[in-house]
Amino acid sequence: MVTEYANPEKFSRLARPFIPALGAMSVLLFTAGLYYALFNSPADYQQGETVRIMYVHVPAAWMALFCYAAMAGASAAGFIWKHPLADVAAKATAPIGAVFTALALVTGSLWGKPMWGTWWAWDARLTSVLILFFLYLGYIAIWETVEERARAARLAAIVAIVGAVNLPVVKFSVDWWNSLHQPASVFRAGGPTIHESMRPPLFFMAFAYMTTYGALLLVSMRAELAARRLARLETLATEKISGVRPE
Amino acid sequence: MSGLVAIVARDVVLALRAGGGAVQAALFFALAVLVFALAVGPDLDTLAELAAPVLWTAALLSTLVSLDRIFQADFEDGSLDVMIETADLLELVVLAKAVAHWLTSALPLIIAAPVLALLLNLPQEGYGPLLLSLAIGTPALSLIGALGAALTLGMRRAGALVSILVGPLYAPTLIFGVGAAKAGLEGAPSYGPSLLLLGAVTLFAAALAPLAGAAAIRFNMR
Amino acid sequence: MRTAARFAVGLRLEDVAVARGGRTILADVSLTLAPRETLLVKGRNGAGKTTLLRAIAGLLPVERGRIALTNAGSEAQDRRGHAIYAGHADALKPALTVRENLAFWAKLHRAPIARIEEALAALDLASLADQPAARLSAGQKRRAGLTRLVLSGKPLWLLDEPAAAIDADSLARLTGLVKAHCDKGGAAIIATHDRISLPSARAVIVGPEATA
Repeated sequence: MVTEYANPEKFSRLARPFIPALGAMSVLLFTAGLYYALFNSPADYQQGETVRIMYVHVPAAWMALFCYAAMAGASAAGFIWKHPLADVAAKATAPIGAVFTALALVTGSLWGKPMWGTWWAWDARLTSVLILFFLYLGYIAIWETVEERARAARLAAIVAIVGAVNLPVVKFSVDWWNSLHQPASVFRAGGPTIHESMRPPLFFMAFAYMTTYGALLLVSMRAELAARRLARLETLATEKISGVRPE
Repeated sequence: MSGLVAIVARDVVLALRAGGGAVQAALFFALAVLVFALAVGPDLDTLAELAAPVLWTAALLSTLVSLDRIFQADFEDGSLDVMIETADLLELVVLAKAVAHWLTSALPLIIAAPVLALLLNLPQEGYGPLLLSLAIGTPALSLIGALGAALTLGMRRAGALVSILVGPLYAPTLIFGVGAAKAGLEGAPSYGPSLLLLGAVTLFAAALAPLAGAAAIRFNMR
Repeated sequence: MRTAARFAVGLRLEDVAVARGGRTILADVSLTLAPRETLLVKGRNGAGKTTLLRAIAGLLPVERGRIALTNAGSEAQDRRGHAIYAGHADALKPALTVRENLAFWAKLHRAPIARIEEALAALDLASLADQPAARLSAGQKRRAGLTRLVLSGKPLWLLDEPAAAIDADSLARLTGLVKAHCDKGGAAIIATHDRISLPSARAVIVGPEATA
């Protein structure tokens, strides 16, 4: 099943129709999500209208973690089973995840000013997400620096896997340390504590982000596979392979 | 095993000979502290409060600038080939190089730290916790640094890249190290737990960095 | 002393391909080397001589085909345990004396201490033993690097351009050393672009024009 899609050409062909489909879904979900978030959900009794930042911020933070987990998982798969598409998927995920992380940090900051009275606080949650952002940048920097693709893929995979130790720190930082940041209210043991009326816009937005990620991932992977095919053809044209014969 | 001891012993001898790194490491550390102190200004109370964070930050920075010494010279002159050819486990070579780096780069800092703490007006009860936190935490800096050096082996412009890669991984060591040094100074109950967490980070790095570093060297030597 | 049976080793390469930096450098390489034999690997710079030697030493992975030792008990034996590679880099630390450098290599190779003097004498370095390696001339450094062959005690010697920077006398000494090694049952592969001539050695050419 897995190896069936390992053929890059086959993957590129199969992935193609999914891109417009995911793109269209993401537009619909964003429309619905933003309508609910901005017009059809209540203001918070404590936070007032600023609570609407949540609908952009919280799914972005989820995606920041999800993308890193996907990147590290794909890296591990590429490392262990040498699956040819795993490294491509990991590489394509990194910039998308970095943008989601930046979005979570910026919207969090914008939300923090009215709620906490400060743009930034060096507490465990914020710091660990900032570190997550730098881990993404380090991963991208390896790909940028190392010219040879196979070597870059292996080294970047090590970086992604080692950096994954930060994921549980991000997730549980609000529980382990005293934090300005509120604890989880959706994905928590004992069920969500967030009010029912806030759930539909939150989930519409989360699915909108997810489908956007899916569409961008497939576009980026196809572009990378095409670039690799081109590089391979160029190498073949210039390669001088040596042999050995008796003198 | 004797090969690993020989690697550590040789690196220590090289660091102590003329042009070696041990003195340089301590000098860079002192310079970093000096620059901080000049920037903070002469107020003794402020300096006393900042002493532990400043010394820890300076230790981190001087570790960072000495990382290229771990593998680069051995890579360029062919010594790394000899080590790879003769070692049973490349992971243990990485561990030995990290130990050698700690002995030649971190230990001189720990020795110099009390003098610099004096200049920063660290209160007397702060010396024990500061030195203990440095002793427990700096091995993690060397181990994670060895991983960073292995990842960037043989690359041009490795200096900036290794900082980008290693910097975020240094965060827990810095946070718990400074936390322990400050808690010890203030007699706070979190002193013991902070030291334990710092020790956990070092042990975790000791387990993970040789594995990942050896893998990185194998890919970089091809 | 080592017994000749354990020491005698040959080598067989079957359709070997090696890539470096993502490019295939060597392909379809088949070679055999008998015990007591010396093989000269000739070819222009950049033809792939170093790549071939490093692959045999186990320092580079093989893409296709296989490299096996023969006469080493079983063919599956680890090549690294039997081959020693002496490359362009001499692995000398300038701040250490010649003897200290050798002592370090001896420990890595688990060689007896007595072999250090043997190796110094074999390459005519006894009088320079207590000099810092930094003070050696290029040719002396090369010879110091080549002591690793003797120190290692390995049967298969892989020499990459050993003639570079050394004078005629030292070259004669080196070829004598290789000959003595092969007479004891060892084998050697020497990469060189021209200078070395060993009447008893077989020669092969590496290069794009030599592809099958």
